[in-house]
Amino acid sequence: MSSVLTYTPYDSIEDSVHLVRRVYETGKTRSIAFRKVQLQRLYDLVKDNEERFYEALVKDMNKPRTEALTGDIAPSLEECLYFLDNLDNLSKDVKVKPRMQMNAMDDLVIRKEPLGSVLILGCWNYPVQLSLVPLAGAIAAGNTVILKLSEVSAHTAALITELFPKYLDSHCYRIVNGAVDETTALLKYKFDHIFYTGSPQVGKIVMKAASEHLTGVTLELGGKSPAIILPDADLSIVANRIGFGKFYNCGQICIAVDYVLVPEDKMDAFAEAFRKTIKTWFGEDPKQSPNYARMVSERHVDRVVGMLQNRESGAIAFGGEFDRNERYIAPTLVTDVKFKDQVLMGDEIFGPILPVIPYSNLDDAIHMVNQNLPPLVLYAFTGKKKLAQKILDNTQSGGVCINDCLMHQAEYSLPFGGIGNSGIGNYHGERSYRAFTHERSVMAKKLNMESLIAVRYPPYTDKRTNMMRMLMVTSPLSLKIKAYKGAFKKLALLIALFVVYSKRR
Amino acid sequence: MVQFTPVENIPGIVQELKKNFDEGITKDLIFRKQQLQKLIQFFDENTKEIEEALYKDLHKPSIESITAEVAPVVDECKYMIKNLERLTKPTHTKKRFGLNASDKTYIRKEPKGVALIIGAWNYPIHLLLLPVVGAIAAGNCAVIKPSEVAEATNELVAKALPKYLDPRAYTIVNAGVTGTTALLEEKFDHIFYTGNGAVGRIVMSAAAKHLTPVTLELGGKSPAIVCDSADIKLTARRLLWGKFYNNGQTCVAPDYVLISQENHDDLIKAFQTTVKEFFGENPQESQSYGRIVNHRQFDRLQRILESTEGNKIVVGGQTDRENLFISPTIVSPVKGDDPNLMQDEIFGPILPVVVVKDLNEAVNIINSKDKPLAMYIFAGKSEHYNFIMDKTNSGGTLVNDTLMHLQEMSLPFGGVGPSGMGSYHGDKSFDTFTHERSTMIKSTSLESANQARYPPYTDSKKQLMSVMVFGFPAAAGAKIKTISTVFGAAWNIFFSSSGKTNQDSKL
Repeated sequence: MSSVLTYTPYDSIEDSVHLVRRVYETGKTRSIAFRKVQLQRLYDLVKDNEERFYEALVKDMNKPRTEALTGDIAPSLEECLYFLDNLDNLSKDVKVKPRMQMNAMDDLVIRKEPLGSVLILGCWNYPVQLSLVPLAGAIAAGNTVILKLSEVSAHTAALITELFPKYLDSHCYRIVNGAVDETTALLKYKFDHIFYTGSPQVGKIVMKAASEHLTGVTLELGGKSPAIILPDADLSIVANRIGFGKFYNCGQICIAVDYVLVPEDKMDAFAEAFRKTIKTWFGEDPKQSPNYARMVSERHVDRVVGMLQNRESGAIAFGGEFDRNERYIAPTLVTDVKFKDQVLMGDEIFGPILPVIPYSNLDDAIHMVNQNLPPLVLYAFTGKKKLAQKILDNTQSGGVCINDCLMHQAEYSLPFGGIGNSGIGNYHGERSYRAFTHERSVMAKKLNMESLIAVRYPPYTDKRTNMMRMLMVTSPLSLKIKAYKGAFKKLALLIALFVVYSKRR
Repeated sequence: MVQFTPVENIPGIVQELKKNFDEGITKDLIFRKQQLQKLIQFFDENTKEIEEALYKDLHKPSIESITAEVAPVVDECKYMIKNLERLTKPTHTKKRFGLNASDKTYIRKEPKGVALIIGAWNYPIHLLLLPVVGAIAAGNCAVIKPSEVAEATNELVAKALPKYLDPRAYTIVNAGVTGTTALLEEKFDHIFYTGNGAVGRIVMSAAAKHLTPVTLELGGKSPAIVCDSADIKLTARRLLWGKFYNNGQTCVAPDYVLISQENHDDLIKAFQTTVKEFFGENPQESQSYGRIVNHRQFDRLQRILESTEGNKIVVGGQTDRENLFISPTIVSPVKGDDPNLMQDEIFGPILPVVVVKDLNEAVNIINSKDKPLAMYIFAGKSEHYNFIMDKTNSGGTLVNDTLMHLQEMSLPFGGVGPSGMGSYHGDKSFDTFTHERSTMIKSTSLESANQARYPPYTDSKKQLMSVMVFGFPAAAGAKIKTISTVFGAAWNIFFSSSGKTNQDSKL
């Protein structure tokens, strides 16, 4: 426990969990008007305290103001506004058109019901966005919430904890703070949905805990997201966009470019273009640049520097400096990395080290990508539609962005989620609403037409059975006719049948 | 007797399917349609054998086999064939974020990979093959594991189905508990399980090891609430039809009844009449009445009956272990928390009737139990069923009938809470086995415009980004001010002769 953040005692955790469940059962959060008020208050929570959030994010990881704006503040605000604008539509019953003729007179709808009381586990790299955007979805969908903030971004957590009860209804939405022990305690309770953002290892633990109560999960995890550069790509533009995708938040993004695959004859040119970009952006000494973030903790500095120092291949083209006290790691490019390098190509890097692997043809590149578990995102740089198509058709990933990095995540009309090891489920906008909603199918039948319905009741006479069979199953005779291919043969068969029939008479 | 697949073969089977999936055979739409066509052919050419197997396993009357097992799967195959182009087409999205205005955004529909589909014994054809239709349509390979409890059907499927479905993409694995456990150790890309909650937990727990998504179609105690505005005679027939269909062994069978005191006696009378109407004086001789699937289930239900006070059995109560026969049985009145009849899902032809004061009490009883898979409300007034729906939750809800909402495949079918997770039928079946891969294609032009988001983060850039992200303020004065600020900022960023300015950003 740090001096900045107070962890929640276990009995308070229990009280909070039970409280939000009891309050859910009173039906308080079902009211659309109530939800709108809470969403407006969530918006105000962020907007009124924007400056304090910027300060907290600097203290946590030296997050540059622009990154805090675009990565944390704006998405949270925008999502609240989205729900305020769209909640009436999202919560409405959806009319369904029946497929079966006999249901034509009945009412078929899908009701949107809240799941109940839900658990959201936030993450430290975008501590505002990754807590409050799922929260907005849960509130909008009518649930009560336990929000467990990441203790790693302690200043932001402390700020949210302070502001929460001042803005939001503290019977419906409560904060829990803590580390592994507190999270483990939380996971023992029964929730109606668990939303987790973090690593695959912990994702497995969350899902296992959820299985005890048959609770559904949304897991936003990670993986090694590759960027494939094709021969036709303009390297100076590529360098900018990959730079953006790597050094934003010092590489601590779930959808960061983890590693690059470049045509072997373009390795040097790419390194050169990249060096130029980094110099333009951060100057000669990135440590002095106010535009460069820091690692969130010394532990993570050790982890990433360890990867660099213990690597099994590649040469440092530039970068490699670090300062543990300042939690600083320089933007680092490692060229001529081997795919088999178990260190650089082992775990997700989640830091400002970019390995570059040469490939000789696109099939090799695709083959390499497929050796890893499906990542959260795949990036490809090319102007050639056919090549992009080939990559997409032969790989799997949560999402894709062609010719840019990170931007697809900011586009909230697109569902955002992983596949396999990179995640289960998705969210953003309408999908956030769906993640916390049960779609309850409702069919309302009329009380009339009983005589028609009576056909299905016992006793099952032979007459009824034969009628059902005729109506619902292809008869052997028509199968025989089907088997005769060609109209001519069918005609011949019909004539033959006719002849046989008339002869009989 | 069906031969179980040797446990040591299982990893190899899954590996082979993964390899074949990666090679792409199931991705081709024509292949998928052919397989669906072949599945239809399987039904066409084996209807008689299917009916015989189902009769052997469950004493299932032909009508039930046709309407509940064969027809729904064939219909779904036809639906998928007809709609495959629409379902697989990428969906375009309308962009919310201004910065992406010139880009293409769409959602690709991709198969997940290799699915594991575990069937159940009560509708051993439907519950096994209907999910398979979704898996095939969505372009996956699959391990198909029929329920070993419905032996004759398992044997038929194991023998006949491989003659129709391409064995490179779809493999039948016959297994009991040991084999299923071995299967669950393997890494699949989706697991679809139909059955009970205890095994559901085991399935999800195993899936967690590989972060495999699951669809669990489980069960619970599906209540039937008979409101004061209900038509009693009609209710009795529709309710009992749903209860005794397949001898009560349906995941969405009405489990128990809630009714007010004043209508209770009329309902019981109507029940008594209806049972005679449906099954005659001696249901054991009726051709329209099924049997319990095996002795284990029979003994479980027998125990429930024995613990019930005799004078409360208002209809039926006769059993015959040899014949796996339990007569249509109705027990009343029963308390809402009866330790015997009102705890676990009954899954048999025994119907408890609980008398309640009013709808509030009915709702309280329902909410004291796990959220059910289905809820039935018999009411003549929409206020009555809306009241109940607003205060409860369930997988699905059907008003004035039972079971029928399952047949309407345009409605998603699935549970909530312990009654299940995920849903299927129709388009939802396709979605279940599909990964929605969000794709954004940006142009490589307009790189100068991108300067706004790259470091160094100058004040001008911050102003521009602010507008791109938040839009303009509503007030006219503020709008004008912002526009001029933004214009100046844009000028600085894109056109300033000194290139990128390096004002320190205020952190």
